[in-house]
This record gives sequence, structure tokens and C-alpha cells, in this order.
Amino acid sequence: MEYKAHIRVRNLSVSYGTEQALKDVTVDLPEKKITAIIGPSGCGKTTLLKSFNRLIDAVDGIKVQGEVYLNGDNIYGPGIDVTHLRQKMGLLSQRPYPLPMSIYDNVAYGPRIHGIRKRRRLKEIVEHYLRESSLWDEVKDRLHTPASSLSVGQQQRLCLARGLAVEPEIILGDEPTSALDPTASQRIEEKFLQLKAKYTIVVVTHILRQAIRLADYVVFMYLGQLIEHGPARKVFENPQEELTRGYIKGVIV
Amino acid sequence: MHLIRGLQDKLARISMLALALFAGLLVFLMAFGLFLRSRPILDSIPLMELLLSSSWHPLKGEFGLFPFLTGTVWVTGVSIVIAVPFSLLCAMYLAEYAPVSIREWVKPLVDLLAGIPSVVYGICGVLIIIPLIKDHLAPLFGSFSTGYSVLAGGVVLAVMVFPIIIHVCLEVFASVPYEVREASLALGATRWQTTKKVVLRKAMPGILAAFVLGLSRAFGETMAVLMVAGNVARVPRSLLDPAYPLPALIANNYGEMMSVPLYDSALLLASLLLLVVVLFFNVLSRLVLIRIERGIQ
Amino acid sequence: MKLRTVEEKLFQLLMIAATILIVTSLVVILVTVLVKGLPALRLSMITQIPKGGFYLGKEGGILNAILGSFYLAGGATILAILISLPIVIYFNVYASKGSVFVNLCRFSLDVLWGVPSIVFGAFGFTIMLFFGLRASLLGGIIAVALLILPVMSRAMDEVVKMVPRDLLNASYSLGATRLETSVKVVVRQALPGILTAVLIAFGRGIGDAASVIFTAGFTDAIPTSLMRPAATLPLAIFFQLGTPFPEVQERAYASALVLTIMILVISIVSRILTRSFTKHVIK
Repeated sequence: MEYKAHIRVRNLSVSYGTEQALKDVTVDLPEKKITAIIGPSGCGKTTLLKSFNRLIDAVDGIKVQGEVYLNGDNIYGPGIDVTHLRQKMGLLSQRPYPLPMSIYDNVAYGPRIHGIRKRRRLKEIVEHYLRESSLWDEVKDRLHTPASSLSVGQQQRLCLARGLAVEPEIILGDEPTSALDPTASQRIEEKFLQLKAKYTIVVVTHILRQAIRLADYVVFMYLGQLIEHGPARKVFENPQEELTRGYIKGVIV
Repeated sequence: MHLIRGLQDKLARISMLALALFAGLLVFLMAFGLFLRSRPILDSIPLMELLLSSSWHPLKGEFGLFPFLTGTVWVTGVSIVIAVPFSLLCAMYLAEYAPVSIREWVKPLVDLLAGIPSVVYGICGVLIIIPLIKDHLAPLFGSFSTGYSVLAGGVVLAVMVFPIIIHVCLEVFASVPYEVREASLALGATRWQTTKKVVLRKAMPGILAAFVLGLSRAFGETMAVLMVAGNVARVPRSLLDPAYPLPALIANNYGEMMSVPLYDSALLLASLLLLVVVLFFNVLSRLVLIRIERGIQ
Repeated sequence: MKLRTVEEKLFQLLMIAATILIVTSLVVILVTVLVKGLPALRLSMITQIPKGGFYLGKEGGILNAILGSFYLAGGATILAILISLPIVIYFNVYASKGSVFVNLCRFSLDVLWGVPSIVFGAFGFTIMLFFGLRASLLGGIIAVALLILPVMSRAMDEVVKMVPRDLLNASYSLGATRLETSVKVVVRQALPGILTAVLIAFGRGIGDAASVIFTAGFTDAIPTSLMRPAATLPLAIFFQLGTPFPEVQERAYASALVLTIMILVISIVSRILTRSFTKHVIK
């Protein structure tokens, strides 16, 4: 099975001060598929993910070498507008972080920033993306209450709606279900499976079963190095590397 | 669209940086401004003479600051001697002994004490402390006093610096890890022994810093002292003598200073002296406190 | 073994005694101001400006000083917000964490916090000499704004510091710039703390006398322009107390009561505000 690459990582190395978080990573992530980045904690999964939307820029003493191509443009190249780049990627973090405003304003935040002022249009957008993240029915009567009043699971879906409302091409998930209960996690996973028809999804997870349930493509990292990557079935059923085999069997935690 | 937004962001960054720079340099700006204005008097009278002469006759061109310096030192000294034991005991009680309910009640009250304006302190000094000294304390020692004295200034200042010392001490105590106390208690020490031998010892640099911060606040406090210290330009000999602290001198003479040559320069030099002394104390104690804060992280 | 317990009890007693003494001193201050001020307090005091011979015991009130203090502290607070908020946002959003420059600025502000208000007054006075300003509302506003700048900015800094990094990242990943994130997310998240910082600073501004003594002057009229002198409540108290007439001195007590009530109200309001503005805050 051939994949069309959406994000292409070339010789990416990232270090914080003296500590090397990523070592010479080269990988292609397929378009409109779910890619799971797996590996034991501290292996550089999250660093790799955050290098895609350059959120790692804000970290102290960070050094980035190598290239990441999005649609053929190197996002670490000169003349790249970081805010524009980030708009193309929605992020779901480990814990949901709704913005300190109402439910409605959370979803409208991105579109407003990007220049949509008409109230009718904003209303349509908010409703559309709240439906898209299956939250609409639960919140349609209290759109103007604070987002902080929602349950954690609802907050995570709100964050998804908020991310989708800026019309990204890619959804990045940084262990997006780790703060949720099993039911809420399941809803997010179902959502991902529906959304991959329209978006490229990259999920960092430390739950192997989740990766098996979701992933079309798997990237296995260990101590900052890319050990193995390939179609999910192939990696899970017939891993080529000793380390991968160990991790999948639960020997390496 | 996002070009403009990027530009806004950059402009905001530059103006914020400029403001931060201004705030960071304000101390130096103040010292420099006051220094420029003190130049005329420094050029005509040597600094040592200004500091050590007791002769204060602005009309004759004599600007000896010695009585005011000693007045400040006396008043500040008395206030610290009173404030230190009480605030330390209170801080120890709140941090180590008091049940949460009492702590939650007392802390806001201490904060409130810090918020009371210094003229109100002054008025209370005039209404309570002055008569007390004049009618009861001075006769007790067989001497006469108007009540407006070093002691009155010291007592009022002591109450004013209570909240500062307590506040900083509480933060310092909170920085001592709980495990240290547990370790001592587990060895069979009583609570007081633990507080004395472990907590106090660990917190000592911070406590000293708290004292110095309180001291420097007392050193520069103006209105309350102005109202109760008596303001006689003589070197005080006893607690019941009046004093004329430096800040009171500055505040009291703003009206006439522009009409006498060098007078304004002398007063701004006095402000500069205050600033330099207070800066010295503050830098010292803040450095200690930063060390402690780093220690926690 | 017994000595140990005696020592324990003794010090516990001393600590409680010290705490009671300190709380008592607050109570004594409040009671004194109330008992001395209340009998002399007349409605006319807070609704009229001084008439001729007010400081000799004749008719009038201190409305000029009350309003003057509000204008002055209000103006200074606004000016200080305009400086503090950008600084604090720079510290916590723009600058990289652990920046030496930022830490030096914080240190400098901490040190500035300890500088006596009379020195701010004297410095304000040198600024005014430099620009050829006379004692005026504007001069007072500048001196008081500088005086409350360290209090306000460090108090704001402490709350803005607490805004979770991930909340910023959430906003960035929607394509917001740092400025947009600061204005729409950081300020909202930290709003209760920012309001408290503003009120603390306002309270300090309204109660301070030493910094305005050089800079704002004093007048019996209600200030009508930034360039005119302005009376302030603490100075009005000081001047009234300084007269040899008992009836004027009593008015000083009443004025002190007014000032104390204002400070108490500010302190209570800041506590209430802090609670009621937390509905949007993300925990």
C-alpha cells in the first residue's frame, strides 16, 4: 500500500541545552491517515509532535537542526510565518485547556483572530464545529456559560471543535485521552476515526492498545531515535527491530 | 492579514521591552536625577562636612546633616528593637503553631495593618503614644518630656514594620521543607525544640533579610515620624529627647526650599542619601531572599 | 525533661502574646480613629470645600481633598497599569523563561518597592524642575504612579506567572500571535489577580502623603485641570492636625476616619472582586 506523504521530516535533531531529545529523525507521515507515535516515556514522542507546529520554539535553550516539510515547504526555513503555520494544525494536549471564556467564544476565538467578524457567519461556524466534535447537543442551550463549567471529556471535545474551527489540514494529538475516563476516551477515538476522511491525524500515545485501535501508520521512538516506522499492521504483526518487538510485547516500558 | 498581525506583534514586543527597560532602570534614573540636583551643594561644601557637621542654618549657608542622620538612626534603631521580637514570635506562631482557622484570620488582619496610611499611624501616635509618654513614662523616670520623642517615633514605626517582617518571615518559614520538621519531631524533639534548632536555623538568613527590609522601611518612613518625633534639629541624647529624622526634614521644608540658595540642593542630597542607604539594605536582603527562593526549586 | 516542657509552654505563651499584641495594635488604631473621628464627623465635611478660615475652625469641608485624592490616585493607577501590564506580559509571554534581563528587571522592581515614598516625591520634584512644571495634579500623578509601579507590577507578575504554559500553547496552536494571546487569554485568565493588584496599588496611592507633598501642592479648590495643584486627603489630615485649634484638630480625626474607611472599603472590595471574577478562569 502506497501512502502520499503530508509531513516529511528530514534529519531532524532537537536538543535542550546539553540534552539531545531527537536524534537525526527522518520519516514521512501519510496524508489523511492516523499516524501513531509510540514509545516509552521520555523517548521524544512529544518533542517530535511539537516540532511540527513549532511550539518547541518557546522552550529555553532549544536547538533545532534538520528540516520538516509541509506541502513541500520547510517550516524551519526563512520567511515562514509561524502563526500561519500553526493555523494549519489543530492541537489536542494531554489535558484539555479551554480558553478562559465562554463555550461559544472558545470556538469563535480562532476564526475571529483570522479576520471573521460577521456574527451570522461566526454563529454558523461555532454550530458546525460543535456538531463536528459531537458536542452541540450537550451545550447548545448554554453556549455562553464559561467553558470551565464543562466536564473534562466535554472540554477535550470543545478543544477539538476549537482546533477544527481554524480549518487546519492536520490534527496533532499529544496523548489526548490521558486525562479522560474510558467513555470519554472512546468518544475521542471514534471522532478521530471519522475525521481522518478529511484530516491528517498524528497522535502521540503511550497506550499500545489505543495505537492498535487507531493507527494506520506507526512510528516507534526510543531514547530520541526513530527505531521503526511503517504501516500499522506490518509494525505490530511483524516488527523488524528487536526494540520494537520488546516494546510491543511489554518488555520495554 | 497575517502580515499586519505579525507587525502588530513585533511593535508590541518593542514597546513592551522599552517599558520593561524603563522600569528596570528607574532606580538608576532616580539616583542620577537626585545626584544631578545635589551637585550644587556637593560642589560648594565637602560631603564629609555635610554629613558630620551639626550646624543646620540654611540662611547662613550651613547645612550640617548630622543631627538628622543621628535622629534617623535612633528612631529606626528603637523601632527595630521593638519590632523584631514581636514580629518574629508572631510569625513563628502563625507558621508553626497556629491552627489553620486562626492563621486564616490573622493573616488578612496583618495585611490590613500594612495597608493603613501613614498619616493614620501618625494620628494614633499623637493620640495614644504621646500622652502615654508625657503623662506616665517620663514622670516615672523623673524627667520631663513633651512626649514627642525618639521613643514615640520608634513605637509608631515598630507597629508600621510589623506586617513587613511578618510577611517575609512567613514566606521564609514556608520555604523550609516539611520533611525537615518531621525528621526532628520523629527524633523525639518537642515542637519548640524543632522550631528553634531546625526551622529557625534553616530560615536564619531569610529572617535576617526580613529584619533588614523592615529596617529600611522604618528608615525612610516619613509622615508618621514627622508627626510624632518632635522635629528639633539637635542630636538626641536619650529616648525621651525629640529627634528630627532625615525624611521629616525633607517633608517639612519643601515650602521654603526654593527661596533660600542651596536649600533645595541640600534637601535633594538628603533624599539621595536616603535612597542610597535604602538601596544598600534592599539589595542585600533581596539577594538573600532570591537565594532562598532558588533553594526551593 | 521537665525543663523542656516549661520552655515549650513559655515560648508558646510568648508567641501567642506577641500575636495578640499585633492584632490588638490594629484594633486600637481602628478604634481610636473611630472614637475620635466619629463625634467630629459631619456630613458637611465630605460635601463641602473649605470656606474662608476653615483652618481656623470656620465652616467648610474636605471635599476638595477627597476628590483630589481620588483624581490623583485614580490617574496614577491608570498610568501605572499602562506601564505594568505591558511589562508583566513581556516578562511572562514574550521573554524566554529564565531570561537574565527579566530577572534583573524583577530584582530592580523589588528593590524599588523598598524605596521610601518621600524619595519618589523628591524625584518627582526633580522631573518637574526638568520639564518646568509647577506643583500640580499631573506632577502628583507621575510621582504616585512611579511609587505604586513596583507594587502593582510585581503583584501582577506573580499571578500572570501562574497562567499555565499549555494555555498559551492552546492559543498559539490556533494561529494566534503572542499579542493576541496576551490580550485575549492571559489577561482574562489572570483577571482576578490583576484586579487585586490594581486595588492594592490604588489603596497605597490614596493613602500616601510623602510623595505628593512636593509634587501635587495643596489647594482649597477642587482640581479642574491636570496643570492645577490638587489637595489630597492625607495632607489635609496632616495640615489640620498641625493647627493649634482643637476644633480643627478634631476635623483631622474625622478626616482620618474617612480615609481609613476608604482604605477598608478598598480592601474588602478587592476580596469580593477576586471571588466574583473567577468564573472564566481555567483551573
